[in-house]
Amino acid sequence: MPGFGLTMGLTLTWLSIIVLIPLAGLFIKTSELSLFQFWDILTARRTLNALRISFGLAFLAALVNLVMGMIIVWVLVRYRFPGRRIFDAIVDIPFALPTAVAGVALTALFAQKGWLGAPLAAWGIKVAFTPIGIFVAMIFIGFPFVVRTVQPVLIDLEIEVEEAAASLGASRWDIIRRVILPSLTPAILTGFALAFARAVGEYGSVIFIAGNLPNVSEIAPLLIVIRLSEFRYADATAIAVIMLVVSFLVIFTINRIQRWAQTRGVAVQV
Amino acid sequence: MVINRPKSTSAHEIRTEPFLVRWTLITIAILFLTIFVVLPLVVVFTEAFSRGVGAYFSALSDPEALSAIRLTLTVAAISVGLNLVFGVIAAWAIAKFEFRGKVFLITLIDLPFSVSPVISGLVFVLLFGAQGFFGTWLQSHGIQILFAVPGIVLATTFVTFPFVARELIPLMQEQGTQEEEAAISLGASGLRTFLRVTIPNIKWGILYGVLLCNARAMGEFGAVSVVSGHIRGETNTMPLLVEILYNEYQFVASFAIASLLAFLALVTLIVKTVLESHLEEGQPASDD
Repeated sequence: MPGFGLTMGLTLTWLSIIVLIPLAGLFIKTSELSLFQFWDILTARRTLNALRISFGLAFLAALVNLVMGMIIVWVLVRYRFPGRRIFDAIVDIPFALPTAVAGVALTALFAQKGWLGAPLAAWGIKVAFTPIGIFVAMIFIGFPFVVRTVQPVLIDLEIEVEEAAASLGASRWDIIRRVILPSLTPAILTGFALAFARAVGEYGSVIFIAGNLPNVSEIAPLLIVIRLSEFRYADATAIAVIMLVVSFLVIFTINRIQRWAQTRGVAVQV
Repeated sequence: MVINRPKSTSAHEIRTEPFLVRWTLITIAILFLTIFVVLPLVVVFTEAFSRGVGAYFSALSDPEALSAIRLTLTVAAISVGLNLVFGVIAAWAIAKFEFRGKVFLITLIDLPFSVSPVISGLVFVLLFGAQGFFGTWLQSHGIQILFAVPGIVLATTFVTFPFVARELIPLMQEQGTQEEEAAISLGASGLRTFLRVTIPNIKWGILYGVLLCNARAMGEFGAVSVVSGHIRGETNTMPLLVEILYNEYQFVASFAIASLLAFLALVTLIVKTVLESHLEEGQPASDD
């Protein structure tokens, strides 16, 4: 087969120019800071609060998405009902819809005069321009990750095992808990991690609905943008590095989950 | 990261949960999808047409809107083109040969998927901004990258970098090298083999990758927002214009642009479904 040297050379060159050198620049810029400066930036009240809001709400949203994603997958794969194929197809909309569009749409929907915001306001619940709004946007962009990672595994799950367990007298709940859930666990964890990682870094769909009040509803990516516009590059870079390191840890964890799943003979398709 | 498309749903129909449980779960799923997916889509179009069709089209024919549409199309064409060429080349190197560190290389190619959009823009500010590594050099040579089209293209290319490659790598790995080796043993040149054997085998995969890459390129907001500079009529893409008009309380105009992007997303999903059926058909056929 010809062309290995040429294509590999081009691949590495282009990868370096577009991805590796720009990302390395971020770490080089950070290394210009002393450890004290770095520490001061990260422990400033506003930074800590932004990181807490981004990571905390992303974690909560990923938990909700884990449960809701599981229900949606189960319903789509195991049940038949009118409109099932359409509902299956629209799960991808949060992937396909530009984040700014999702942002203005969710804000219009949950604003106090919006279709959902008005009834919620009557109950005394304010969603738009509060941390709950951030949470809602993070649920929107995260749940397809759980659905699309678990779905192929649940489809491939052999019905015979369940039938065997049932014929041996296991109850439905036992079968779900002892047979189905263990096979799905790696995929569920992967979906959870992907939804979490996406929500932590999310910007477009969040900033419209968030309210963006410092220390209350200001997410870390927005703080990076604000620091950049104030020409406080060191601050922006330090926050970015912390977020990037966490993303890398998430990728690493996902890879471990997949290796673990492979040794157990369960396929996770990501 | 992007999830593989699911295979066709199994025809098995098991109804082992009680009727009540089944329909409770179905109701929860439908309610959730309606609230989080259907309603946001409907609201975009309702708001866009809230002042009638005339206001909608006059918003879209505004010079600023037209310039944003033009810029978005230009940037997407360049970025998708670059990533298409890269994706095919990288997939050839990775799928057709065995070498150490392959898994690591694939991880590096996937990297942009796990970087926050804002950080994807920030890295180019650090390189090409006034205080950046190449800032002074660029300034003295009068080259403008940041707050201009080249910066927007770079950020978009970064964000959409993995789409084509990660679609083609598994597809080409599955197809193996037998057909190419046969063509070469019959005397075809490497390039001719690639054009006549490989390309026809991966054409649906290429289209699929380009489709997803294009959707993201046209819709990218965070990364482009950081490098664009928001110069009116010059460096605003469609998603950026949605934000600007929204912040100026020009809701009809903002949602009109948003509706074009939402329409693009819907078309993308429909074409994607069609391509998926082609990909599923195509795979067994390419084995013989």
